Formats: sequence, C-alpha cells, structure tokens
Amino acid sequence: MADHATRHIISLLMENESGALSRVAGLFSARGYNIESLTVAATEDTTLSRMTIVTSGSEAVIEQIIKQLNKLVDVVKVLDLNDGKFIERELMLVKVKATSAFRDEMKRMCDIFRGRIIDVADGSFTIELTGSGNKLDAFIESLDKAAILETVRTGASGIGRGDRILKV
Amino acid sequence: MEQSSKKMTGAEILIRCLHEENVEFVFGYPGGAVLHIYDAIFHQDKFKHILVRHEQAALHAADAYSRSTGKVGVALVTSGPGATNAITGIATAYMDSIPMVIISGQVPTYAIGEDAFQECDTVGITRPCVKHNFLVKDVKDIASTIKKAFYVAASGRPGPVLVDIPKDITADTCKFEYPESVHLRSYNPVTKGHLGQIKKALKLLAEAKRPMVYSGGGVVLGDASAHLIKLVQSLGIPITSTLMGLGGFPASDPKFLGMLGMHGTYEANMAMQECDVLLAVGARFDDRVIGNTKHFLSNPRTIIHIDIDPSSISKRVKIDVPIVGDVKSVLADMNELIATEKPAQNTNALAAWLQQIQTWRGKKCLNFAQSTEFIKPQYVIQKLHEVTKGEAFVTSDVGQHQMWAAQYYNFDKPRRWINSGGLGTMGVGLPYAMGVQFAHPNAQVACVTGEGSIQMNIQELSTCAQYHLPIKVIMLNNRYLGMVRQWQEFFYENRYSESYMDSLPNFVKLAEAYGHVGMQITRPEDVEGALKEAFDMKSRFVFMDFITDQKENVFPMIQNGKGLSEMILAEDL
Ligand SMILES: Cc1ncc(C[n+]2csc(CCOP(=O)(O)OP(=O)(O)O)c2C)c(N)n1
Ligand SMILES: [Mg+2]
Repeated sequence: MADHATRHIISLLMENESGALSRVAGLFSARGYNIESLTVAATEDTTLSRMTIVTSGSEAVIEQIIKQLNKLVDVVKVLDLNDGKFIERELMLVKVKATSAFRDEMKRMCDIFRGRIIDVADGSFTIELTGSGNKLDAFIESLDKAAILETVRTGASGIGRGDRILKV
Repeated sequence: MEQSSKKMTGAEILIRCLHEENVEFVFGYPGGAVLHIYDAIFHQDKFKHILVRHEQAALHAADAYSRSTGKVGVALVTSGPGATNAITGIATAYMDSIPMVIISGQVPTYAIGEDAFQECDTVGITRPCVKHNFLVKDVKDIASTIKKAFYVAASGRPGPVLVDIPKDITADTCKFEYPESVHLRSYNPVTKGHLGQIKKALKLLAEAKRPMVYSGGGVVLGDASAHLIKLVQSLGIPITSTLMGLGGFPASDPKFLGMLGMHGTYEANMAMQECDVLLAVGARFDDRVIGNTKHFLSNPRTIIHIDIDPSSISKRVKIDVPIVGDVKSVLADMNELIATEKPAQNTNALAAWLQQIQTWRGKKCLNFAQSTEFIKPQYVIQKLHEVTKGEAFVTSDVGQHQMWAAQYYNFDKPRRWINSGGLGTMGVGLPYAMGVQFAHPNAQVACVTGEGSIQMNIQELSTCAQYHLPIKVIMLNNRYLGMVRQWQEFFYENRYSESYMDSLPNFVKLAEAYGHVGMQITRPEDVEGALKEAFDMKSRFVFMDFITDQKENVFPMIQNGKGLSEMILAEDL
C-alpha cells in the first residue's frame, strides 16, 4: 500500500432524500477522511443527487473511502474519477478593487484567464472564472492581494471523458 | 399481499407491520410521542410487549434476543429522552453487526424544529451508529418503511435500523398494504463468493505448510458454524476464534486453540503470528485481536479473507485473496470443492506444524493457582461450565469477568455466548440475559457480571421479577473495577485511581427486595454446591454474589502496542 497521499475526485449518485448530505459528510468526519470540497445538487432525474467530493489520501485510504461510500444504504453508485480520464471544473466569483488606476490592469488579467466581468460598480469589478482548481488558484496568485475584496468558490465538479458515464 | 380496505391509523398500521414480520417480542418503554402506538399495542396480542425499566435495557434485550436466535430484535422508545437513552444500546448492536429495528416516537411533524417538548434530532443523533435510519413523514409510508427497515437490518452485513415516527403520523389514517418484497436500487448486498477466488484460496490452504483458520463473529451471525466445522475437519487444520466468534467452532475439539488476541491463549496467538497461510472468516483484524499491526505484519503470511462487507477487507491489514460473500455460502462452496477435487495437502509440513502447536499448548497458559482461602474467579466459571454441562447461554458484562467467562466456559455451540465485543458496554449483562431468556424460556441462562457492571442496569431486577425470568446472575465480586485496576497495576505503577468500588449494596438483600433469591458465596469449597443449588431452582431468579480474589488478573495479556507473540503469562510473574 502506497503511503503518500494523492488528490482524488470522487463522483457519486445517491437517493435525493433529506439527510443524504449529512450521511456523506458524517462518514468523512467520523472516519477522519479529508474533504477538500464537496458539491451536491439534484440531477436531471430529480430522485437522484449527484455529489462531487475532492479528497486526498493514500491508495489504501482512498480504497476505504470508496468502500465506505458504497456501504451507505442510500448511495447508488460511486466512481473514482481518477481511475480514468476526466474533466474538472470549478466556478469562482472574485470581487476586486477597480479604482481608475487599476481598472485596465484588472480587465487585462481577467482576459488572460478567460474570465468575465459580470458586475461593474464604482470602485469594483466582480469577475467570474471557471476552470480547474489550479487555474483558479493561479488567478488569485496573480492578483495584487490588496486588490482582492472577496472571493467565493463552488468547489470542483467532475465528469468522466468520452464514454465514461456515471448514470443509473 | 396483506391488504385491508378499511382505513387504519398509523399506529395500527405499524402494529400490523410487526405482525407481518412475525415479531414475537417488542422491548420498550412508553411516553408521550408513542401513546397512539401503545394504545394499538393494548388492542393486540400477537406479540408480547416487554416493559423494561430503562430504554437502554430495552435495546440490549432486543439485541440479545437477536444474538441468541438470529432473528431481528425490535425495540420501541419515545421521543427525546427515550431516544437518547437508547443510543448506547443502538451503538452496542451496531458495533457487533446485530440486526435490529428500533422504532422511536417523534414530536408531531408540525412541531419538528421548534424545540418542542421532548424533541431531539433522533435521526441525526443516531446516524453514525445505525446501519440506516428513516424519518417517516407520511402515514402512507409507514408500511413500506418498516418493510425496508427489516430487510436492511437483516441482509448483507446486519445492523440496527431506526425508524423515527412523528406522533401525528401515528394518528393519521390510510389503507394498510404490506409490500411483499423490497427492492432498493442503492442497496444490493452480495451473497455468492467469486468461485475463482475460492479455488485459489483452497489451493493455498492445501499447499500451506502452516495453515490456520481465524474465525470471527461473522460465522455466528451468518449461521455458518456447521460449514466451518466441516471445512476445518476435512483439512485437519488448527483454528482460533475471536471473542465474538466463540462457539462458532466447538471449543472441546482438539483443533481449537482457544480465543486469540489481547487475552487470547498462548497457542492461538503464537500460531496466528507464525502461520504461513491464514484463512480469516467473518473477522476483522481489529486492534484487540492482532495487537501491534507492524509486529503482526513482520512475519509474512498469505491472508485469505471471507467477509460479507467489502469495507472490512484490507481495512487494517492488506489481504492477498479477498472473497466478498456470505460466509455460509462461501464455506459451502469450499466444502464442495474439497469433496470433488480432493486437493493434495502438504501432510508432512502440516504434521510438523501441529506438533509445534502441541508444544505451545504445553505451556498450559490458562492454568491458575488454586486457593483454599479465596475464591478464584476462573474456578467459578469452570464450575459453572460443569454444573450447566456446558449447555447454558452465557451473557456477560465488560471487564475481567468477561474475559474469564470467554476463556473458561468453553463454548461448543454458536449463539450461546452473548457479550458486547465491539463497543465493550458495561451494563449489557442483565438485559442481555433477559433477551435470551425470553427467546429461550426453558434454557439455562447465566449472566456473568462484575459488581461494577451490574450496577449499570441493576434496575432490571424489577423487569426480571415482573416476567418471572429464571436467570442466574453469577457476579464475580472483586470490589474493583477489575479490568481498570489490572491496567493500573501494569501500566501506572499500582496507582488505583478511582477503580475501587466502595459502598457496595448488600446484593443478597437487594435481590430479595425485588422478590428474588440472593446468595453470597465466600469460600472456595462452597462454589460448586451453591451453583448446583441455584440452577436447581429452575423457576427462580437467583443472584449469586461470589466474593472473589481481589488481586486476580487476566492472563495471558498483550500490552497495548505489543505484538501477538509478546504475551505476559501468569507464570512470568
Ligand atoms: C459503560 C462503560 N464505562 C466504562 C467502561 C470501562 N471499563 C471497562 S472494564 C471496567 C471495569 C468493570 O468492572 P466490573 O464490572 O466490576 O468487572 P471486573 O473487571 O472487576 O471483572 C470499566 C470501568 C466500559 N467498558 N463501559
Ligand atoms: Mg469488579
């Protein structure tokens, strides 16, 4: 069993019932597993919720996490996206200072990262940016810290590439 | 399909569901949120409601009913304090994978979240210690939820399932219709093991030089004892068992090495450490069993693991040949393969291995110094075994007495040894004995306990009186929280911090106050006679207070953090 921790994105489908989220969150806290982020919403079939959990751990820990998730009576399917090719996207909204001296610079940074300015106010812009977690991190790092007023991130969503499909 | 065209209340529907599930006993305690349910119980006589004196005891009794019969245990408690009192019992059952259905009352749906009188988030509080739970929000869902609850509790790796029912739902009405079957798309426990893996396992076992079977609670819960015996006998290999697996293989068989683990026998622990192929059956390599994991793994061996729960496999120890499946079905497949393929065994190596084990056995690690002055607790258990001809159901509490009961009673049959292995809950002994006695009214039921543990559910003496339960309490009274004292002696230089029991009641008078027979036994020569006298009182509850040697310790013993072969033996001291 490899001991070093790696980052994994786990997708799961579970019955869309009250308490579903707490069963998963409770499992992670009770067994001491990491959660980097967790997102959940109903799917096109409203009886099902889809969750994306970003976690990290050794191979043995990840194997246990998958098994423990499968053991939850409400969980229909679990997929470790890292077992194959996948796409990861996260949405971030950043409110930045955009006083006259900064306005052009902010616009330029936003373009470089293919973000969109979705709100303009007297002294600020709100920028919308999607991408992998790394890309969002890179954007934040490239900004002058003093210019950042507020950030909010959704946590990652993931999906398998091509015909890797998670469906009931 | 059970149908009724007339409308029924939720409470009546619940009762009908329990009838459909052939429930014999409901262990419970009433309260505001379950009054409708209790009224419906008043109008039926298909199952018997057992009124305990504390909800914790209701849970333990239902749990022991299940442990001793294999059927689903049922408990009923009210909202708020009723539910919180039940938690210890639920967690105890959960840790040992006992199938139970717990019905808890809840405040009316319209009051949920308003901090109503006797409201608590029962589903939230119990979530980490149940296999699954439900909050019923519509009277129309009661029948299907109860059906699911029984199915989930008993299938796969069993466990407790809680159904929380708000009071207004038990008063609402609808038609009763009990589903014939359940299908849950999210829950499909495996049963059959993978044949390729089973073949591989058998080959490894046959070719092994030093094969060993390590059997656990899964063999008992999975009713796989007969298949295990067949396997072990046809291969002629040694076997050990966890605390929870005792009785799954007869202790009187020469192939049996005794229990392993922290207080396991010398031969079992040595063989576990030194074997080259290990077959684990329904056991989970927990910390009390294999000691220090690194030390355990320092001797390489090939491990085969049969378990119904995939998450038990490679959880603490990496498994070479995992077989996920129902233990009974997998063992049956193995036995069939042995019969058809007659695999050639490494007989010379096996003979040498059995010889080695015989040498370890020669240590006689369970020998103890007899005394004419003090009653030795081990001696009481030996005599208990003799007097009951090894046929009693034995429940225990938690502590030294529990280990002595496990080491010296020599269980030959499954479901006879009833104790809390996983959670280690003091206070289970007496309510466990109640659950067993209800399930087996004519059987001899002994509750081996300590003066510390018994006081954690002593109020149940009243329940035993009400239902005329002829339980025999065997209290090994050492005036200490003995197991705590033992650790303090070994690891804290005899600083007995808060482990001495002062101001004990006069247990004989206490028993008598409840209308029972009380006996105090202080001399070794009286032990056997007293036990005979007690068990001869076939219809009486007898409380036996054995004043035992205060300083006796449980051996062998593996200290925390030490390896299996690093035992302290009685003779070392
Ligand atoms: C509810 C609970 N509280 C505390 C413990 C810790 N504990 C384990 S054994 C033990 C002592 C038990 O004393 P007694 O019942 O007299 O048994 P003895 O060990 O003396 O045989 C204690 C306190 C426990 N297992 N359960
Ligand atoms: Mg004691």
